[in-house]
Amino acid sequence: MASEPTTQIVETISPIFGRLTLDWIPYHEPILVGTFSAIVLGGIAVLALMTYFKLWAPLWNDWVTSVDHKKIGIMYMILGFIMMVRGFADALMMRAQQAMAAGGSEGYLPPHHYDQVFTAHGVIMIFFVAMPFVTGVMNYVMPLQIGARDVAFPFLNNFSFWMTVSGALLVNISLFIGEFARVGWLAFPPLSGANYSHGPGMDYYLWALQIAGVGTTLSGINLIATMLKMRAPGMKLMDMPIFSWTSLITNVLIVAAFPVLTATLALLTLDRYLDFRFFTNDFGGNAMMYVNLIWIWGHPEVYILIIPCFGIISEIVSTFSGKPIFGYRTMVMATACIMVLSFIVWLHHFFTMGSGADVNTFFGIATMIIAVPTGVKIFNWLFTMYKGRVRFEVPMLWTIGFLVTFTIGGMTGVLLAVPPVDFQLHNTLFLIAHFHNVIIGGVVFAIYAGVTYWWPKVFGFKLNDTWGKRSFWFWFVGFYFAFMPLYALGLMGVTRRMNMYPDAAWQPYFIVAAFGAVLIALGIASTFIGFYVSIRDRKALAVGSDPWDARTLEWATQSPPAPYNFPEDIEVVGREAFWHMKKTGFKWSGKYAPIHMPKGTATGVLISAVALVFGFAMVWYIWWLAILSFVGMLAIGIGHTFNYNRDYYIPSDVVTATEAKGATA
Amino acid sequence: MFTIRKPLLAAAGALLLTGCQYNVLSPQGWVGEQQRDLLILSTLLMLIVIVPVLFMSVYFPLKYRADRENTSDYDPEFEHSNKLEAVVWGVPILIIVVLGYYTAVYTHRLDPYRPLDYLDAGEPIEVQAVSLDWKWLFIYPELGVASVNELAIPAGRPVNFSLTSSTVMNTLSIPALGGMVYSMAGMETKLHLIADSEGTYEGRSAHYSGPGFAGMVFETMSMNEDEFNGWVENLRAEGQPLTAESYLALEAPTMNDPVSYYSSVEDGLFDRIVGLCVAEGKVCMSDMMMSDMHGGGGLAGIADGAAYSYDRERAIDGFGRSIDLPEVEWHGGHGDDAGEEGHGGHDGHEAQDMHDMHDHGSHDDARLTAPATLPHAHGAAEDKDMN
Repeated sequence: MASEPTTQIVETISPIFGRLTLDWIPYHEPILVGTFSAIVLGGIAVLALMTYFKLWAPLWNDWVTSVDHKKIGIMYMILGFIMMVRGFADALMMRAQQAMAAGGSEGYLPPHHYDQVFTAHGVIMIFFVAMPFVTGVMNYVMPLQIGARDVAFPFLNNFSFWMTVSGALLVNISLFIGEFARVGWLAFPPLSGANYSHGPGMDYYLWALQIAGVGTTLSGINLIATMLKMRAPGMKLMDMPIFSWTSLITNVLIVAAFPVLTATLALLTLDRYLDFRFFTNDFGGNAMMYVNLIWIWGHPEVYILIIPCFGIISEIVSTFSGKPIFGYRTMVMATACIMVLSFIVWLHHFFTMGSGADVNTFFGIATMIIAVPTGVKIFNWLFTMYKGRVRFEVPMLWTIGFLVTFTIGGMTGVLLAVPPVDFQLHNTLFLIAHFHNVIIGGVVFAIYAGVTYWWPKVFGFKLNDTWGKRSFWFWFVGFYFAFMPLYALGLMGVTRRMNMYPDAAWQPYFIVAAFGAVLIALGIASTFIGFYVSIRDRKALAVGSDPWDARTLEWATQSPPAPYNFPEDIEVVGREAFWHMKKTGFKWSGKYAPIHMPKGTATGVLISAVALVFGFAMVWYIWWLAILSFVGMLAIGIGHTFNYNRDYYIPSDVVTATEAKGATA
Repeated sequence: MFTIRKPLLAAAGALLLTGCQYNVLSPQGWVGEQQRDLLILSTLLMLIVIVPVLFMSVYFPLKYRADRENTSDYDPEFEHSNKLEAVVWGVPILIIVVLGYYTAVYTHRLDPYRPLDYLDAGEPIEVQAVSLDWKWLFIYPELGVASVNELAIPAGRPVNFSLTSSTVMNTLSIPALGGMVYSMAGMETKLHLIADSEGTYEGRSAHYSGPGFAGMVFETMSMNEDEFNGWVENLRAEGQPLTAESYLALEAPTMNDPVSYYSSVEDGLFDRIVGLCVAEGKVCMSDMMMSDMHGGGGLAGIADGAAYSYDRERAIDGFGRSIDLPEVEWHGGHGDDAGEEGHGGHDGHEAQDMHDMHDHGSHDDARLTAPATLPHAHGAAEDKDMN
């Protein structure tokens, strides 16, 4: 049954269309054509409705060009949820394939598709779901928590967001024009090099991540500057709420780690485009260098995702236990420890590459040490609940789900950090189960907790409880059904990324896992139904500005907060600023000065749109368009420096009126 | 030293509820057993913390729920306790110290590069495993035979694997016997395993390597001496000779290959595979590195680029079909595309640059310019062993 090479595809590069030909449009793939038709029909419907309700101008003026950190935060969350649907569709396809393709059956996805699906799933979930989620929450909540008007560089914030969108769009375009990479989410060479991944898929990967990476790095710089320079008067660093602390540490990690990713991908790009030989087999290239570099970024990356989630959990546990966070200083120290340690453990991702026992021992033990500060955090959350008054609201459900699930994931993580154990479990489904255990149990549960917790702040009404609980239970139970079988399979030594497998005895486990994925799908559906129902019933669900009896400064604003956040400067005293204000009977003065605000601008979205064109042109070797769009990006950027119409004042009577309205709501 | 094994075995056995083979928990060789012991030991150590945490995660919120009858123990000021802090830092640190100790001990004991000669098992057998697109080639250098997608080993004797790859990264994984190590092109890695008893265990590549990856499965047959000798004899009787030429034919990308046998193996073939210089006209990696150490080929070497180009030979689409790449033009000649007419197709341009690596000592100052038709030096690949 050996299949011999059959056809030869000869590639020509046209001066106008590069290597893009009609052959690259997958009109013969029923799944893709169906998806495409659905998106087109849905898109036309949305466009028609928007035109009918005259929403184009508000969308453009109030959202797309807005530099308000709150609106950008909301848009990041929308991006995350949309891309989660895409990434989850990939997950369902994989689970269906593996539930079918046992004992000689080939399932319904040939390797050509299956390999794209698992690559896209990983890339989308990390870069375009988890990253927008954590960036979105940080963007929205952190400036409010530290009593700031906005972030330090509001335009940059808008630009960062739209660059992330451009990257996400480029990944989605690859679905309908050409193909996506078939290399795994970290694209190890030589497989990802020009010779073994010849098509445009790998180039989509590179340019999507590079474009989105610009946004991530700039956003990191922006948020660090915000926290260091724009805290309310009187708020010392050690007075910042834990979530703001975790945001600060996360953004330090982003600024330290993302340039490594950018450089690594740039080297691979040079390999692919200009025949450099950094990571090739030939001419003395060395693929092991790539593996090291990508994980020097990759390991901090997982902490970039989880650390803000630790912050979210801290806020929620404290609020719903009616107590300050236990061991504030320890919390900050533990997070800082994790930040430093996360840079000296990268090698644990490839113990099996042949390093000596001393090297493996060092990285193994360094990894285990991270378990100590992480464990301390979990204990601190537990002792925050201890002797408290714990209210079982939906955010608290997610938090308890987080504590249980993340703890189990942490344990299997330490197991994988023991080199001889990793020799056995490396690249098995045990590893897959582990990181989904910490990413779903950690990041996703915490984000859901955070969305439910801050939703009333953002929109002025609570989310529907029933659907929130349904969503939680479907996710929670679904997670265990989906991933416990993978742990079991991992202990049988089953390898990841197999589009089919000979041993039919594995199949029942894969079927259970597929069932779990369906439960999670119901959880996601419940989430969206919950959003819909809550928006429909928003009048009934409306609440005041402090529905949870919270403790941090973001709850001192109106819900939703006015564009300027706080009508006047607050003199912050101590750690739990809002708790203190409530205890001392704080009242706004009622006499407000005009407020200086940044003006929206279309520059960010324009540059990002041109960046998308640039990425597309580079993927397809359409050189003239690449040059044109690159020059275009520079021109728009330089043009923006001549825009002096960047700010305005909100007059004091408008502020007074807005505040009066908020007080009566 | 290994007294904990018995109860651990029992615990692992309890997990074998189904007919499935939990290879990691019930391995069939010493290496795998050690790794399993460490897995279970680490799990038990962590459970010291994990179990109380899981318990408290559910118990605390229930016990201290806001609507409990008696809230007199509500203590809104309780946010710090030195005693608790000492416990929450101290206990995990102690556990990590113990776990770290075992990690250090076992990591050194189970270093995949460490031969198993201290086990007092029989004479080790050498196996050179090459990951090809997409099948495994196993060469038995001492026996002069080779097989594709089938690995036979004598039970109770250590197996010394030397691993390499013809193109992209793979991992040789036989979960029933123990851990895995990557195979990488242009490099040689090591793995030492042993099967305690006779049996057939599944093996595969555990690192995604392209569309044919899922088909890189093979049976590992652990046999007694007689059966093993019979198996080898069968290879000698039924197999084809494995020469550079037949290797290059085998190396072409194919998917889901059947088992096949080779009755003899050309001398030094594995070293040339490691050196990426099986095809005529290619400079072995070790010679290239040597040349680089002496200053490299310089501008004059540009003409001989083709001799250093190992990857240019094949590109595959998602169905395993090869894609014709634009031909690379070198100043001195054209790229060897290793097609049907490829090997041996070199004509002349490199002859003037010939150097024999074995007397490089006399060329210390000379810039070695691309010895493109260099005779492949036996054993030259050894100094690239990753260790």
